[in-house]
Amino acid sequence: MIPELGHFALILALLVAAVQGVLPLVGAQRNSGAWMALARPAARTQFTMIVVAFACLTYAFVNDDFSVKYVFEHSNSQLPLVYRFAAVWGGHEGSLLLWMLMLSGWTFAVSLLSRTLPLAMVARVIAVLGLVSCGFLLFILLTSDPFERLLPVPADGADLNPLLQDPGLVIHPPMLYMGYVGFSVAFAFAIAALIAGQLDAAWARWSRPWTTAAWIFLTLGIALGSGWAYYTLGWGGWWFWDPVENASFMPWLVGTALIHSLAVTEKRGAFKNWTVLLAIGAFSLSLLGTFLVRSGVLTSVHAFATDPRRGIFVLVFLTLVIGSSLTLFAWRAPKVGLGGKFGLLSRETLLLTNNVLLLVAAASVLLGTLYPLLLDALGLAKLSVGPPYFQTVFVPLMAPLLFLIGLGPSSRWKQSEPAEMFKRVRFAIPFALIGGIVLPFAFGNWTPLIGLGLLLAVWIAAATALDIRRRFAAGGNIPRAFWGMHLAHIGIAVFVVGVTLVKGYETEKDVRMEPGDTVTAGSYSLRFLGVKPVPGPNYRSDMADIELSQDGRVLRVLNPEKRVFLSQEMPMTIAAIDAGPFRDIYVALGEPLAGGTTGAWSVRVHYKPFVDWIWGGCLLMALGGLLAASDRRYRVHAQVTAAGTEGVRA
Amino acid sequence: MRFLIPLGLFLLLVGFLAAGLKLDPREVPSPLIGKPAPGFALPQLGAPSARFSPVDMKGKVWMLNVWASWCVSCREEHPLLVEFSRNATTPIYGLDYKDQPADAERWLKQFGNPYALSVADADGRVGIDYGVYGVPETYIIDKQGVIRYKQIGPVTPEVLSNKIQPLLAELNK
Repeated sequence: MIPELGHFALILALLVAAVQGVLPLVGAQRNSGAWMALARPAARTQFTMIVVAFACLTYAFVNDDFSVKYVFEHSNSQLPLVYRFAAVWGGHEGSLLLWMLMLSGWTFAVSLLSRTLPLAMVARVIAVLGLVSCGFLLFILLTSDPFERLLPVPADGADLNPLLQDPGLVIHPPMLYMGYVGFSVAFAFAIAALIAGQLDAAWARWSRPWTTAAWIFLTLGIALGSGWAYYTLGWGGWWFWDPVENASFMPWLVGTALIHSLAVTEKRGAFKNWTVLLAIGAFSLSLLGTFLVRSGVLTSVHAFATDPRRGIFVLVFLTLVIGSSLTLFAWRAPKVGLGGKFGLLSRETLLLTNNVLLLVAAASVLLGTLYPLLLDALGLAKLSVGPPYFQTVFVPLMAPLLFLIGLGPSSRWKQSEPAEMFKRVRFAIPFALIGGIVLPFAFGNWTPLIGLGLLLAVWIAAATALDIRRRFAAGGNIPRAFWGMHLAHIGIAVFVVGVTLVKGYETEKDVRMEPGDTVTAGSYSLRFLGVKPVPGPNYRSDMADIELSQDGRVLRVLNPEKRVFLSQEMPMTIAAIDAGPFRDIYVALGEPLAGGTTGAWSVRVHYKPFVDWIWGGCLLMALGGLLAASDRRYRVHAQVTAAGTEGVRA
Repeated sequence: MRFLIPLGLFLLLVGFLAAGLKLDPREVPSPLIGKPAPGFALPQLGAPSARFSPVDMKGKVWMLNVWASWCVSCREEHPLLVEFSRNATTPIYGLDYKDQPADAERWLKQFGNPYALSVADADGRVGIDYGVYGVPETYIIDKQGVIRYKQIGPVTPEVLSNKIQPLLAELNK
């Protein structure tokens, strides 16, 4: 009964989405207030319906309703409660429902936080989001119904993929989807502005906090995914250039470009067409990512069971949404003015360079991800593109970008004098040189890549510090956006330090260990005490006791595990990590050796200097985004406009 | 006119994606199916002085799994192969493709060794003879030394139970 209720709620949501997508849009063209006013209540009703559907599916999971096919495929009576919640989005159908929950959630937020916007704009934005909803709801109902029943009812479920039974997975997909789907709001604003023919500073100002909010979630989502891969896959790696990872990274790159380009459009009225194109691009890449992951055209570690109908549906949907957006763009863009003029050396030029670099980076990731598919489609060959390609392409693109981060904030709008810019950043130069030439020796040896990485990281940090000092000297109120920008840039520097040092100085040892054996990692030594069987709720585990000590002092006991999940007999490695601000000691348990008679096991020990800075940097970027998005001027502007309209009404 | 460029590029991409949908990245027809397995004599991994050749396997059903320590998808199928090798009657032989022997041996220590033995195809010549598209790949070779099946990409539990095991049972009769 409950699953049918959920199914019915989805059908109702589709009908509401159709109303939400058509009537306010027509109303805005005909200037009919009543039709436009439908937008907000429709968005809220749709959200309620999706929440009901989502709750019904969760209910089925929590109560072990294996008569629902999706629950049977992704749950088990032994599955701990918290993972039953996470299992809701552990497969294709539930992931899509989560997508829809996020999309209707963002629309709901727009309906609440848009009191200051002109009604026509709100109506168009919500309508565009409604049309996107229609497509996704049709997709769910026609090809991926999570409420489908299974007869006869199986006694127990097939269980959630053990890889996904992890606290990280409870929050990683929701974060990632919040980001992915969040770009739909920036997209809807861009389309609404194109339809209205009003691409102006006001449009950019409305879009900015929404874009930044989506970007924050995407940043956190990607960081969580990478952290999850780090400690559950047991390989000690944190990024694999897997197609699914790339699918989330491309919108991030374009979204980052969009954030910067929106700044130009808001402050200087320039780059309007470019900004619109980026807004369309960021969301298109989110949709493309969905297509790549859901259609099975690419093989990936994340591969889901696929159904050809799904691929065709998403492709048609993708073509309709992106195709019509780009057609609208081609039709409207020629009439858009150019905006403020700017000199060859100016903040505009630097931001444009930033945009071009980010876009080329996104394009090269797209190429690397699709290249196997393109060659296959042309009948040439089947191959896979690995990390070497991405690393070769990425370093040359990112190095100038990182250099620009230090320079950008020191430049002026319209026209910068080279001499003045140099004066502003000159004190950062010696620090950067020390960082690049001397600092590597403090950690070990010097290589060009380590030198380059540290040089750029120190350059960003020093140039940022100089800019903050200058701002203080100028006095007055410092807006949150200023702090947000610099915090995010410092986050990049921290991230670069992490990547550089972990790539440069990590060590990995594979050793055969018998109880009592010791192995060293950096200045630490690890003593293997033995392996004991430990029962888990739905798995059995071999857990090792490994004593970590430094200079003869015992620090703690690490417990790497080898789990075998009972329902699928699938083995999984759980690494034990002693995390610290300057290094991680990462221990993974291999296989029992010599048939397990001597108590000997193969053990892998990684010493990873500064690896946590990678995620620390992402966290700082997200915090920077939060500061920027909550800047006073968005709120003050909001109040002023609200007071203005009240006044008119009175 | 130039504002139509993004649309044009996008439509081109859609064309490729549509073509891509018709293709299954994991299923490539191999001209080698039904043909005798190409011969080779390669040094064994871990014992370079000893050699292994498919001729040694005449009269037995066996599997040849192409793997490499640098291959990410191999890690996906590896636990399955290890599990399979524990209780199966059909031996798996490894072709370590374009790999460093030291890396390969470490990899086997780390993830377990399902292979009766592995041979090192350091320059990938044998891979060319077998038409290796990408690693991992798995071939089933019958008692007459004829290739009967080729799996491109990782062996999944479904492939193992629906395709490989029934075929092995039939060939082993």
